[in-house]
Amino acid sequence: MTAVPAERLADVFVEVADTLVDEFDLIEFLQMVTSRTAELVEAAATGLLLADHQGQLQFMAASEEGTKLLELFALQNHEGPCLDCFRTGRPVTNADLAAAADRWPLFAPRAVEAGYRSVHAIPLRLRSDTVGALNLFGTGTGRLEPDEVHIVQALADVATIGLLQERTIRRGELLTEQLQSALNSRVIIEQAKGAVAQIYSVTVDEAFELLRGYARRHQLRLGDVARALVTDPASLPDITVS
Amino acid sequence: MTSDDRYGSAASVQMLIAGEPVPTDNASPLVGALQRLCAAAVRALLASGAGVSVMSEGGPPGVAAASDATSRLMEEMQFVVGEGPCMDAFAFRRPCLQPDLSDGPTGRWPGYTAEALEQGTRAVFAFPLQVGGARLGVMDIYRDYPGSLRPEHLGLALSFADVAVTILLDGQDQAAGNESAVGLDEALEYRSELYHAQGMLMIQLRVSLAEAMVRLRAQAYTEERRLGEVARDVVAGTLQLDAGSSP
Repeated sequence: MTAVPAERLADVFVEVADTLVDEFDLIEFLQMVTSRTAELVEAAATGLLLADHQGQLQFMAASEEGTKLLELFALQNHEGPCLDCFRTGRPVTNADLAAAADRWPLFAPRAVEAGYRSVHAIPLRLRSDTVGALNLFGTGTGRLEPDEVHIVQALADVATIGLLQERTIRRGELLTEQLQSALNSRVIIEQAKGAVAQIYSVTVDEAFELLRGYARRHQLRLGDVARALVTDPASLPDITVS
Repeated sequence: MTSDDRYGSAASVQMLIAGEPVPTDNASPLVGALQRLCAAAVRALLASGAGVSVMSEGGPPGVAAASDATSRLMEEMQFVVGEGPCMDAFAFRRPCLQPDLSDGPTGRWPGYTAEALEQGTRAVFAFPLQVGGARLGVMDIYRDYPGSLRPEHLGLALSFADVAVTILLDGQDQAAGNESAVGLDEALEYRSELYHAQGMLMIQLRVSLAEAMVRLRAQAYTEERRLGEVARDVVAGTLQLDAGSSP
């Protein structure tokens, strides 16, 4: 992959800092981090997974929300680069999917079928703990160079900071409170996708786009729109109308 | 599944609950199951008490079960004073962990804190009983000594909360804690489809999200199928649940 221009990188970190200042929607923030990560290192798709209290990796955000890609994230509770990365706390980089059928017999063939050739997973670290992983998929033969791995690790660290919503953790309780809240926010979005799919007779993938589009047009937080929808579907107007 | 001791599993919590005696009073199976859960939680988490309160959007809250008289008093007291970790856990949809009530952010819950200390409670750990947008109540763990929950206790407490959610959703029919096709662990791999199905059913049946979950689980029990499979059929549109009859 090509070298990342310094000014482009600077722009991303300014955008991150801007977001973290305001009261922000965590899922949207993580979506932004995954999208910028994909753009910076020219990955075809990126996603972010967090571990719940049972050590299960839960999908939180991605540069795109296609069902095929989401299945690849879900599969990594059984096997895959994110699980390896989460268990060891170390990055998995430049794994050649075509040659990875022994390592990940379920995951690798499905990832190849989805059109990907390479995969990487970078840990989300908090002190000595690994709380999740940032997952990157590539469709070309390009490698993730060491300086790019550093950049992706920095973005993974930024995601962790966003998760904590505070620059320093005063007490261990806060992390659990935040993590549980974040995981539940994601569940609400999935439930809202189901509700929207049913109301407007669309696929869940399309439902997500409708939700996000509505939130953006009305400058609402995605999480708030999703919560309103599942609490009282009648409280929202037709979200397909712009 | 990692063997990391930060994590507790729902299955191990089910076993802890099964080890508690069945209440001898005339409690309903649902309340009985929650009482056993509270007793098991006290034992496993080195707590002095535990309670489960049922809360819903708009409706009046109520104490469903408690491990002892003091814990029941604590549960009732927070509704009277209208503040406390339990109320915050419900309102903000996140755990509210207070390892030392005499030292915490003073003034956050002045009425609650004074009463709690009076009752000899030094630490409170409140966990919302919820699945995404559906809120069912809160589980409170009380200790008569200050200090944080150790990581393994925290993981276990969260799993106790998961099991409490299952008991509340399945109601009296399944509250005996029997091994079922709808085990929590089993459902994990299908999670997003499960959530999609819940949202879809809520609209299809014109019910609350919590009711949609109850209906989905009841359907799985009735058909003796995995919850994930039933959810998949709902998402695919091949299974229609009857809007009329509630189980």
